Amino acid sequence: MPHPQDQRPEFTPADQAGPTLDSGQDLSDALCEQVRQAHRERTPLVIQGGGTKAFYGRRIAAERRLELGEHRGIVHYDPVELVVTVRAGTRLSELESALAASGQRLPFEPPHFGDTATVGGMVACGLSGPRRPWSGAVRDFVLGTRVITHDGKLLRFGGEVMKNVAGYDLSRLMVGAQGTLGVLAEVSFKVLPLPPASACLRLEMDEARALDRLRAWGREPLPLSGATFAEGVLHVRLEGGEGSVASTRERLGGDTDAATFWEDLREQRLAFFSPQDPRSLWRLSLPARARRPALSGDWLCDWAGAQQWLRSDEPAPHVHETSIAAGGHATRFGPALDDAPTDGASPFSPLPKVLARYHQQLKTRLDPHAIFNPGRLYADW
Amino acid sequence: MRASAETPLQDKHPMTAIQGVDRDPAYDERLDGEIASVDKSTLMAAIHAEAPALTLLAREEDLRPFECDGLSAYRTLPMLVALPATLEEVMALMRVCHAQRVPVVTRGAGTGLSGGALPLAKGVLLVMSRFNRILELDPDARLARVQPGVRNLAISEAAGPHGLYYAPDPSSQIACSIGGNVAENAGGVHCLKYGLTVHNVLSVEIVTIEGERMTLGSEALDAPGFDLLALFTGSEGMLGVITEVTVKLLPKPQVAKVLMASFDDVERAGKAVGDIIAAGCIPGGLEMMDNLAIRAAEDFVHAGYPVEAEAILLCELDGVEADVHADCERVRELLERAGASEIRLARDDAERQLFWAGRKAAFPAVGRMSPDYYCMDGTIPRRELPRVLKGINELSATYGLRVANVFHAGDGNLHPLILFDANRPGELETAETIGAKILELCVEVGGTITGEHGVGREKLNQMCTQFAADELTQFHAVKFAFDEHRLLNPGKNIPTLARCAEFGAMHVHHGELPHPELPRF
Repeated sequence: MPHPQDQRPEFTPADQAGPTLDSGQDLSDALCEQVRQAHRERTPLVIQGGGTKAFYGRRIAAERRLELGEHRGIVHYDPVELVVTVRAGTRLSELESALAASGQRLPFEPPHFGDTATVGGMVACGLSGPRRPWSGAVRDFVLGTRVITHDGKLLRFGGEVMKNVAGYDLSRLMVGAQGTLGVLAEVSFKVLPLPPASACLRLEMDEARALDRLRAWGREPLPLSGATFAEGVLHVRLEGGEGSVASTRERLGGDTDAATFWEDLREQRLAFFSPQDPRSLWRLSLPARARRPALSGDWLCDWAGAQQWLRSDEPAPHVHETSIAAGGHATRFGPALDDAPTDGASPFSPLPKVLARYHQQLKTRLDPHAIFNPGRLYADW
Repeated sequence: MRASAETPLQDKHPMTAIQGVDRDPAYDERLDGEIASVDKSTLMAAIHAEAPALTLLAREEDLRPFECDGLSAYRTLPMLVALPATLEEVMALMRVCHAQRVPVVTRGAGTGLSGGALPLAKGVLLVMSRFNRILELDPDARLARVQPGVRNLAISEAAGPHGLYYAPDPSSQIACSIGGNVAENAGGVHCLKYGLTVHNVLSVEIVTIEGERMTLGSEALDAPGFDLLALFTGSEGMLGVITEVTVKLLPKPQVAKVLMASFDDVERAGKAVGDIIAAGCIPGGLEMMDNLAIRAAEDFVHAGYPVEAEAILLCELDGVEADVHADCERVRELLERAGASEIRLARDDAERQLFWAGRKAAFPAVGRMSPDYYCMDGTIPRRELPRVLKGINELSATYGLRVANVFHAGDGNLHPLILFDANRPGELETAETIGAKILELCVEVGGTITGEHGVGREKLNQMCTQFAADELTQFHAVKFAFDEHRLLNPGKNIPTLARCAEFGAMHVHHGELPHPELPRF
């Protein structure tokens, strides 16, 4: 039976800009069949895109792979609608180039962590870049998805419109679920125009002063789009209209910064993130008004203080406990563990008891035979 | 979410929704699922044993004010109304109702437009109006922690002295409460730039059907595990009861300017909207009204609207002075090129308010033209606007009822208002037919049956048009994870497959529903 929303006729472009149509290949039938087979055989699957974020999360208790990387292509892009729909295996770089060619972008500035990064992996991991506190996160720009269910059905949730409150928001639920609730086959995003002007600044000062400044600036309508403190320097990025960027630049002072700083930060290419450093790399997500936990190690403060990177040898349970006590949580980014981590070394902070139970119940209802990325988020499911 | 505050004349001009043969609002156990019959006095005794001070209303005259929400044509007297004042009372109530299998419908300010807070004759109506305190407002952290009964506008008023505000502004914002806003994922006229409720809430505290507390989201910008905050936002009281909300506050824009452009052709106005966005401009607000809506608003508010125009666009540009000035010039040029017959820039803030007053009063203004009207809430891709407006005009002509169009043009959210007279035999049904066909048209062009008002009780049957059986089954699976016995707001938001088989567009092969093993809820 055709989907109700598929009964619509071909798109008729209303504007000369017009929608960009399909390029790529649709493997959804084959993918659904693979899932159905796994479902029949009760065989768990490792869902894989470009493999650039395989380090993120726990080791998955499965051998068989479900490869999404060739299910690719931009299905539909209409710059005038500010909406793009892409297959999950599309390279993130391909999507970003297509958007840039029309003067638009994904506002949440997702990290790639490698050339082969796919759109599906980006959404499944739900990681956002330095612009996140001002622009919003991945989930804020997801309008709709096509998802393969545990029994191999391709379903559609949300759509290509900005406002849609019909049914539960299962599309946003998929963001950051790391494939544990279903296989992302297609995603529709809201995109936004590139700003007319931008400027990158560096201001030398100590960290306490930098945080004070950021608090004060936060209460004003300034065109901030990045604020990071590292090694005695407050890095600030401004994006907006010509007038506001120029006047803010003048007001804040400081020196011109290399524009590459923000990409290096996003891609973890700064020396701070060096893979040669044997200590664990932690990401602490904290309330704006929280005090940084008393953990030993080196810090890099991003998102105007809401995202703190830590290089430390502190034991994992202690990092989690102190982060939770500060009102936030911690995620261990690396280095990758060779063996399946024990509970104590879990990369993700433990959930409160009631919340954990509902997580488990949700997982059980949507993936009753635990075939999707079992154990990737938490040991029990 | 928007009518009741947008309709100060509501008493004189009640909004009448559709009550056709197949739109009977009453809960139908055959189609919506069985509900246990529990003795009222036994239930009251059980609740009072757990929460002695909890206010319960049980007499018919006390229940009467709660029989409907903003969709006043749908009315049902609840068995009981509970007015808890503390979190402990909410938890105790949920424990008892869960144990006795009594359904609970949660209500905020009761301004919803889709019957989402319509009571159940065999259920408890949980009214959160006593949870009306702003618990904390931290201007440095730019957040407010509030109880769910706090009014939307009250948050911005409290934040105002700090130069901050809460962005989502449904037109009912003077009356609607933040708990209801979260339950419905309420929108407003500034969504394109500032987002919906889901983009502006940091965390919520939930009491589950089993009477436990949990926090979804965080004051930090993300939380571990699934994004249950996003799932619960817009879930219409089906997954848990909201007992606290932490919202994000934004710095108030320095300046806001409004351009009003007149067009003698609706299609041209629609194209101008696309031109503005294609040029890389994201206005704070971008609204469109057609001739009937313009005339109604002008007659009511005297906003200075051009009554001869086929359509007007209101374009608000906000931000820092220098940027807004440049944007205004650019948009004016685009509007001229798009064929606007007249373009006016509001001279000062008073005129800007006046331009908006006409738009914000559009619903009651239309209400003055007709004894009854029926408000629709479809969203479409903007490029489909000419086709959908043409379709609406054809439906209007075919069925002989006038339709006024008010449109959040920036984000594609249409509010056609179907004018009718409930006292004339058959007009109600005709309005229903037009409404259903408009929503089908929205789905057909790739849109949705509801952009911001919610499904509630009202659009339950249209959900069968929007979603396939397997998708509804997935929704039921989510519901099951949080509310196994379907006690939270049953009969709303997500139709049973049985209902779709009977009324909807669902294809049922030889009377067999998909997944016969699943409970039909």
